[in-house]
Amino acid sequence: MSTKTFKHLKSTAVPLPIENIDTDQIIPARFLKATTRDGFGNNLFRDWRFDEDDEPKRDFVLNNPTYEGKVLVAGKNFGCGSSREHAAWAIADYGFDAVVSSFFADIFKGNALNNGLLPVQVSDAFLAKIFDAIYADKDAQIEIDLEAQIISIVSSGEEESFEINAYKKACLINGYDDIDYVLSNKELIEEFEKQ
Amino acid sequence: MGQTLFDKIWDAHVVSSKDGFPDILYIDTHFIHEVTSPQAFDGLRKRGLPVFRPKQTVATADHNVPTWDQHLPIKEELSRYQVDMLTKNCAEFGVELYGLGHPYQGIVHVIGPELGITRPGGTYVCGDSHTSTHGAFGAIAFGIGTSQVEQVLATQCLLQSRPKRMKIEVNGKLQRGVGAKDIILYIISKISAAGGTGYAVEYAGDTIRSLSMEGRMTICNMSIEMGARCGLIAPDETTINYVKGREFAPKGEEWNKAEAYWKTLYSDADAQFDSVLTFNAADIEPMITYGTNPGMGIGITKHVPNTVDVDPTEQRSYANSLSYMGLHDDESLLGKPIDYVFIGSCTNSRIEDLREVAAFFKGKQKADHVTVWVVPGSKQVQEQAIAEGLDKVFESAGFPLREPGCSACLGMNEDKIPAGRYCVSTSNRNFEGRQGPNSRTILASPLTAAAAAVTGRITDVREMLSESEFA
Repeated sequence: MSTKTFKHLKSTAVPLPIENIDTDQIIPARFLKATTRDGFGNNLFRDWRFDEDDEPKRDFVLNNPTYEGKVLVAGKNFGCGSSREHAAWAIADYGFDAVVSSFFADIFKGNALNNGLLPVQVSDAFLAKIFDAIYADKDAQIEIDLEAQIISIVSSGEEESFEINAYKKACLINGYDDIDYVLSNKELIEEFEKQ
Repeated sequence: MGQTLFDKIWDAHVVSSKDGFPDILYIDTHFIHEVTSPQAFDGLRKRGLPVFRPKQTVATADHNVPTWDQHLPIKEELSRYQVDMLTKNCAEFGVELYGLGHPYQGIVHVIGPELGITRPGGTYVCGDSHTSTHGAFGAIAFGIGTSQVEQVLATQCLLQSRPKRMKIEVNGKLQRGVGAKDIILYIISKISAAGGTGYAVEYAGDTIRSLSMEGRMTICNMSIEMGARCGLIAPDETTINYVKGREFAPKGEEWNKAEAYWKTLYSDADAQFDSVLTFNAADIEPMITYGTNPGMGIGITKHVPNTVDVDPTEQRSYANSLSYMGLHDDESLLGKPIDYVFIGSCTNSRIEDLREVAAFFKGKQKADHVTVWVVPGSKQVQEQAIAEGLDKVFESAGFPLREPGCSACLGMNEDKIPAGRYCVSTSNRNFEGRQGPNSRTILASPLTAAAAAVTGRITDVREMLSESEFA
């Protein structure tokens, strides 16, 4: 069984320059009652996106037609709080393939990687450059090369390398699945249990 | 060189360690609940796999359950459906379920310890970030996502990279009216909501050691609120005495073997940590939060920080946060009227918490304008509270003892704080909308919450305690 793959992406980006975005904002608890993985994109950032009458809030970036793209660029400590994988599902379901931030919460990062959504952690300085590039030109392209582990701002050519666990990188590129890998070690697990 | 407690437990659970790969870590017990498991069971069905070790999987219904009239069918359709799905999945895959109506039902992080399932030296995971609670027993315990829930169901193992190790020491005597919740809110306020990311945190020092198991669970519970992978505390006599005699604790010869092993579980004197922080207990006041993440906390007599003193890159978020909370720079929160008090959640819903607040409420009345929800963490806590007459104390104070569940911590059931209202809450998160859309959460200890319930305002509980009380 394979998961969604990720190799290379070139796209415009959506800026969300807020720090400590917790998974309760990404997908509020009241939308966690579904029993499938589908449709969470409709409620992505629900309370920032819609008012009490379910009308779109005009000042929220997802409701601003100026900005669109497959890359979400956010402030540091993205995805903190609840372990709900629904947050990664919502971001991917909405149509993002990568999230860029200067710091990710652990559990969110793992959840994203398990769903073909690439978390790209950059320096504070490079994050600021990305925001500047997007605000200077809404059509600014961000390029992410997972093989080379490089993220760049296409217009200026500025780039930075990013870290990713070698195993998770291989999983994303090849569509490998953790469960297949662990199950391929079933004999070792059973041996361990006899100790 | 010596080993840390964390490394001793980790090493004892590595099934396979291979260069370039995360370790395959064996999981002793997998806790599941209705919210983060349905998609995982679905995944197993699609793969045609059974649950690998159903006897090492423990299920309960907690997030969606009502805290009133629990014997009736759940009113909210989607909540009822999710709880029914858990019941069906557990029956199909052979997993024991402590569902509604079962004497062991309750919040997953309350029932594991009270049933003696959580023990020193073990590994515990759950699709819930507050799994870090179980680390209080000297165990490795952390929250996972649903894909990982599926992985553990399928293999009883988890692919994991070893985190770095941090030691947080707290030493000295606590002030009167200051408890475990204040300690952890204080630590998070000092190191921020991201300060522990990438670390397993061992709490040490004589203040930590002086805490009961309940207090230690409160500390470890909130490790995730500083971003830590997990928190843990070396087991000692307090731990061993707590586990002994519990329903699923080892018995007889098994117990003797287990106890001997547990006594080897501590960080060696020469063990190296990647980071060490030290705090002084005497510096800690009763704590409250003013913002929208658990790192935004202050001593109750202090003032909300001024935006100019905040890191420039965070000033905009900071201003948004204060605006959401209806607060302003330099404000003192003392005396601020509040609307709701919630005493419960996996942080503070244990019998000791209920005993402490009942002792405080005795002979006092809640303020007329305040709605008070006291929600026990489990059926066993509820029954114990009734046996001790705590329910009568609460009734005399003007509110009932409710039934167990996660309740207003995240409002997946009916217990939601209305928009714009202030809730002093013993839960773990003050995120925007956490307790209901546009609700405003002020995190505090059970005692500080109880004081607010009585005065109807944010209050320094120390002023309400006689010399002899809560020393």
